[in-house]
Amino acid sequence: AARMFLRLLSDVRWQAANPKWRRSTCSRRSTSSTAEPHSIPLPAQAQVVICGGGIMGTSVAYHLSKMGWKDIVLLEQGRLAAGTTRFCAGIVSTARHVSIELKMADYSNKLYQQLEQETGVNTGYVKTGSISLAQTQDRLISLKRIASSLSVMGIPCEIITPKQVAKLHPLINIHDLVGAMYVPEDALVSSANVSLALATAASRNGVQIHERTSVSHVSIQKGCVAGVETDRGQIQCQYFVNCAGQWAYELGHSGEEPVNIPLHACEHFYLLTHPLKEPLASNLPTVVDPDGRIYIRNWQGGILSGGFEKNPKPLFTEGRNQLEIQHLQEDWDHFEPLLSALLRRMPGLEALQIMQLVNCPESFTPDMRCIMGESPTVRGYFVLAGMNSAGISYGGGAGKYLAEWMVNGYPSENVWPLDLKRFGSLQSSRTFLRHRVMEVMPLMCDLKVPRWDFQTGRQLRTSPLYDRLDAQGARWMEKHGFERVKYFVPPGKDLLDLDQSKTFYKPDWFDIVGSEVKCCKEAVCVIDMSSFTKFEISSTGDQALESLQYLFSNDLDVPVGHVVHTGMLNEKGGYENDCSIARLSKRSFFMISPTDQQVHCWAWLKNRLPDDSNLTMEDVTWKYTALNLIGPRAVDVLSELSYAPITPDHFPSLFCKEMSVGYANGIRVMSITHTGEPGFMLYIPIEYALHVYNEVMNMGQKYGIRNAGYYALRSLRIEKFFAFWGQDLDAFTTPMECGREFQVKLEKGMQFVGQEALMEQKQNGVYKRFTMFILEDHDTDMDLWPWWGEPIFRNGRYVGKTTSSAYSYTLERHVCLGFVHHFDEKTGEELVVTTDFINQGEYEIDIAGQRFQAKAKLYPFSSLFTQRRRKDEVELSGYQRE
Amino acid sequence: FYLTPPQVNSILKANEYSFKVPEFDGKNVSSVLGFDSNQLPANAPIEDRRSAATCLQTRGMLLGVFDGHAGCACAQAVSERLFYYIAVSLLPHETLLEIENAVESGRALLPILQWHKHPNDYFSKEASKLYFNSLRTYWQELIDLNSGETTDVKEALINAFKRLDNDISLEAQVGDPNSFLNYLVLRVAFSGATACVAHVDGVDLHIANTGDSRAMLGVQEEDGSWSAVNLSYDHNAQNEREVKRVKMEHPKSEEKSLVKQDRLLGLLMPFRAFGDVKFKWSIELQKRVVESGPDQLNDNEYTKFIPPNYHTPPYLTAEPEVIYHKLRPQDKFLVLATDGLWETMHRQDVARIVGEYLTGVHHQQPIAVGGYKVTLGQMHGLLTERRARISSVFEDQNAATHLIRHAVGNNEFGTVDHERLSKMLSLPEELARMYRDDITIIVVQFNSHVIGACQNEE
Repeated sequence: AARMFLRLLSDVRWQAANPKWRRSTCSRRSTSSTAEPHSIPLPAQAQVVICGGGIMGTSVAYHLSKMGWKDIVLLEQGRLAAGTTRFCAGIVSTARHVSIELKMADYSNKLYQQLEQETGVNTGYVKTGSISLAQTQDRLISLKRIASSLSVMGIPCEIITPKQVAKLHPLINIHDLVGAMYVPEDALVSSANVSLALATAASRNGVQIHERTSVSHVSIQKGCVAGVETDRGQIQCQYFVNCAGQWAYELGHSGEEPVNIPLHACEHFYLLTHPLKEPLASNLPTVVDPDGRIYIRNWQGGILSGGFEKNPKPLFTEGRNQLEIQHLQEDWDHFEPLLSALLRRMPGLEALQIMQLVNCPESFTPDMRCIMGESPTVRGYFVLAGMNSAGISYGGGAGKYLAEWMVNGYPSENVWPLDLKRFGSLQSSRTFLRHRVMEVMPLMCDLKVPRWDFQTGRQLRTSPLYDRLDAQGARWMEKHGFERVKYFVPPGKDLLDLDQSKTFYKPDWFDIVGSEVKCCKEAVCVIDMSSFTKFEISSTGDQALESLQYLFSNDLDVPVGHVVHTGMLNEKGGYENDCSIARLSKRSFFMISPTDQQVHCWAWLKNRLPDDSNLTMEDVTWKYTALNLIGPRAVDVLSELSYAPITPDHFPSLFCKEMSVGYANGIRVMSITHTGEPGFMLYIPIEYALHVYNEVMNMGQKYGIRNAGYYALRSLRIEKFFAFWGQDLDAFTTPMECGREFQVKLEKGMQFVGQEALMEQKQNGVYKRFTMFILEDHDTDMDLWPWWGEPIFRNGRYVGKTTSSAYSYTLERHVCLGFVHHFDEKTGEELVVTTDFINQGEYEIDIAGQRFQAKAKLYPFSSLFTQRRRKDEVELSGYQRE
Repeated sequence: FYLTPPQVNSILKANEYSFKVPEFDGKNVSSVLGFDSNQLPANAPIEDRRSAATCLQTRGMLLGVFDGHAGCACAQAVSERLFYYIAVSLLPHETLLEIENAVESGRALLPILQWHKHPNDYFSKEASKLYFNSLRTYWQELIDLNSGETTDVKEALINAFKRLDNDISLEAQVGDPNSFLNYLVLRVAFSGATACVAHVDGVDLHIANTGDSRAMLGVQEEDGSWSAVNLSYDHNAQNEREVKRVKMEHPKSEEKSLVKQDRLLGLLMPFRAFGDVKFKWSIELQKRVVESGPDQLNDNEYTKFIPPNYHTPPYLTAEPEVIYHKLRPQDKFLVLATDGLWETMHRQDVARIVGEYLTGVHHQQPIAVGGYKVTLGQMHGLLTERRARISSVFEDQNAATHLIRHAVGNNEFGTVDHERLSKMLSLPEELARMYRDDITIIVVQFNSHVIGACQNEE
């Protein structure tokens, strides 16, 4: 049955497609009984070796060769497209929540559409369109949000009624539907054939393809890829691309220097049937019923239907490698809920005859986004894997971005959400991955609401205060494995269950966070912010200062004890990281960056700092507990605990001092709060953490101190127009574009990375501008809340998207932050965005199809500050992170 | 009169208890995964008892069921005390010394047992001092005896059983100045109890049995089917060896009167038991104790009654028969149950029902479409039916409860019949005992991975 199925899916005789094709033996195929030995030996060296002949490997090869790289070898342990790719359901769907995923899918669709013409290989491409069904109002909201994103990207799509659904697809039972989203340009392909087409094109461009060749490990010299060991010999190479799908994790760990690729396979089931009496048309739209957890496409006159069950079956936890994915067992009992959902959706299929239940493992990642990019530990080691069962939708775009990354040094879009470096070794425990993917797979169909937290794999990294805070009602979220407080539930108050608390509207914690914000404004709050990434960089001479001056845009040659907010920019002036650096002494610096920068920032600096044994960099994240004392009374609490004068004269803003707090000495106190509110960050050696916390809480009592969480912090920073790296800022945003020119010292007397690009921007102006929007006619209680990714309209025309939003308890309004572009009305060309352009427009924010009036501002409200502020409100328009 | 399914469930689940051996570091290093236990009364009050505890000073876990007769006093006492006797018998000399020194100097005692008790499983507060003193005398004697040899589990079990029965007998003879306690020790001695106790330590499983409760091992064959292995022999008239033993211990002249109507001296069903001093003491001793005892005892016809043909006591012993079994990976679970279960169900059925319950859906034969012509609708019907079967299994979260449901509710086709279940459970108190006996069940689930690993190490 397996063999027959394979033939049905890939009816192309690809082995004869090209004479350059370096095919090796294929004894399994009944058609080629004359087993020839490996006639063509492996080359001794190549520029690039790609491991994996699935959709990812072939797409990378295709795009690399298109971009002019020719010296490429692709190795496949079995046959091309014989892994997950062979079994893939072949649905190309652009309905994606994350913008970069949407772009990848859109590109893939366009690529596949013309692939047959380009290569002559039949890809089975049919533009069928897709219908995503909503059984509930919440689901419809979720679809409307996607529809808004698709529309502004120019992808046709509409929200339709159940009656319209019935017109588009004759078999659908519409009685339990409230609506649907129709994307007419979504398509179906034969995924194996797409892969073969890409391979064919790549091969014509000079890529050498070797089947039945397995990579045993990658050899590394001085932190760089040196070559690849295979069962057929060695290949020296500069670049290695791990596209090994569900074996990527194992392959990453096979070498001397492990490359962590956190993914884990789960069994995935779908059903194939014989044709209907009246065979289904091949252009019938694909149906996705997320509330029923299923998808249904037409297939050979019958249907192909699978889904993402609530109780997935993870497999290969211990890593059982095998040549190709054998047919795993069909498990009908496991499939029963999905079959029920299918028959409920299409009752007319009862009499349809079953052909087969296919079990094909898919690999999943800890955050449901794919893994792409260069290893932080081994240069030249690239990865593209972990597609979360959307491999065919992403294949084209993902391959393109990775190829650009390799050839140009960076991809043409912001791919940070997919970057391998968002993970570290901490996400690589097999137990963690096994538990997490069991949560991730059902999430494919679950409603995606704002502020979702994973429930599995938790409590991995915690502050020493975890138990104390937990006992006081802390509710937790997780970032990079670190538990962080969202807010504190006051005693006697109950919140909704996890499931019931999912909402697109006003959340149940609204008043709780409001009172925390109020306390920050009027008294003093403590927030445990220990998760921040903390590095110490020091040298024997001036090396530290010189290197940092080159790598950071602000001037770091400041007096000892000063704190500098600065971007770590790339050549194009974009933010690779946004951090605060304190000068501890003439020769040492303490650097604080966002939590999820731990791997990326480390790799960035390691690769750029001079190889000098007198210059050291240490990750001291784990050594310090960080407490943020926010509020006008913070100064009183601290001065009582330290017996030191902390008036602005002695301790101006953006200052860092080691002092004693309670009995504990050597506490690093900085006059920053990351919110624009007055207060201090305390960096406390962990063994003192409990003591200092207790002292602060005891002493703070008379000043009305209380615990607060990140939600309060978030509301504070957004109403003050603070941008946050990873959310608002990325590698494609420069300081000029977000009003932070003052953090760039173009004239600091030496060159720094990104300087030229910034000079040019300064001269010519910027093409997008970070703007704050106050929602005007938005009813907090009744209307949908903004989240991020909402389209922004200026005078009725699309100009950009929001990047974050929060309710401002001070303004009693919602605040959205986002970027405004200026597209030429006729050509669509991007024009310079001026202050006038921003100020002279009527703005609207589109939340799930509903538009709300918004007031645009380029500077924060000064009236917000009841406190008299110092003149240099540097921190104020400065920076923030979460 | 008809009970709704939720009412049936609340009756069946009233006494259920589950214990999972805690995992350490994500791994359970014990050969026991955990156990489920439950009991369903027929007598009012119930005369069965159960116990489970982890030995803290030695390795291993103890589990036992106790079937009382002529009242529950003896079963209650044995359920409280026997495991302490066993644990003490297993302790090495140094630990005994340490404990004795602690008591001597009024220091805190090393905990000996960690009990796993249902809230209804009570311990007598009043008698604890008395029981403790007897136990202390026992360990003091063990200290004096110090054989220097390592303790053999089998021997420890036998010694503990015999010693406890001896103490029960002695306490009744000596009496107690406190009138409540005095009456209690007499009731304990004049009632009786059988005991079936398991000691599990790694792959070593010992079963010590006195009386007609039973231990049974559930074994999964290679084809996935279930079979039962008995790990105890019933001590009753159906056991020829027991009949022979009793006859050996008494003069030929009594041969005919010893076992009548399948009962010992025509009176007692089990041939071994704790307490039951009426079958152990001389007539003189019985008379003396009863006469000097409290009025309640004197007025009781049963206690005054001397069994017929009572010439050469003792006729009854509490000495257990100990069976050793080395656990194998295919040994999946152990069922300890009082005769209330075994009267209604064959062990083969018990093995199957528990086995299928514990493994759940996975061992229903998987469905494969193969070359057959099956429609989606047919397949859906089939799957729904299979799921309904499973859901009846999952109605119970406790294997012992599930077994009781079958024991009480099974019809002639071997499936649970709700109507029958409802009738059996709604019987009035005075009638219940005629249709069924007290049922007490412990199902111990083994950790095949650990057992397999132990095997490989050897």
